Amino acid sequence: MSGVTITRADLAEAVYREVGLSRNESSSLVESLLDEMSEALIKGENVKISSFGSFTIREKGERVGRNPKTGVEVPIMPRKVLVFRASHVLKDRINNRK
Amino acid sequence: MTKSELIQRLADLNPHLYLRDVEKIVETVFDEISDALVRGDRVELRGFGAFSVKEREARLGRNPRTGASVQVEAKRLPFFKTGKALREKLND
Repeated sequence: MSGVTITRADLAEAVYREVGLSRNESSSLVESLLDEMSEALIKGENVKISSFGSFTIREKGERVGRNPKTGVEVPIMPRKVLVFRASHVLKDRINNRK
Repeated sequence: MTKSELIQRLADLNPHLYLRDVEKIVETVFDEISDALVRGDRVELRGFGAFSVKEREARLGRNPRTGASVQVEAKRLPFFKTGKALREKLND
């Protein structure tokens, strides 16, 4: 692994470079994009981005967990988790198969 | 929500932008994340989540139907971990 980490600032910089909006507006659009995706997911909607991947909400039922340190059983409440599945296009690109 | 619905939503929120610019913005963001993963970089979007690539070594697998051994090649898999803020909001 390269050890480099990309952040919002890098995404905003790319938008600034590619689209030619101001830096300020570029970063607020990146934020807005992430907000809109989050809002849809919070409403329970799946988000499908073609040639990138899909984000789906999975409902987990209640189960009995255990505190690994003490061995005490604790109920794990039913909850929603977010699962990302990369598209084949992205998986292939990551493995240099294209 | 699909990519085109996301584009439409952002266009509605930003009536001063051309639709083609909003399309470009959305494409740029996902291309940038994809390119980072292809390079093996990590993408960390606080509050939303983090994308990373995990390496899987080559291994000897088995065809579950026939039991025949097959060589499974080394591969890299994209991986996403939901950010704390989003994980909490999903369960509010």
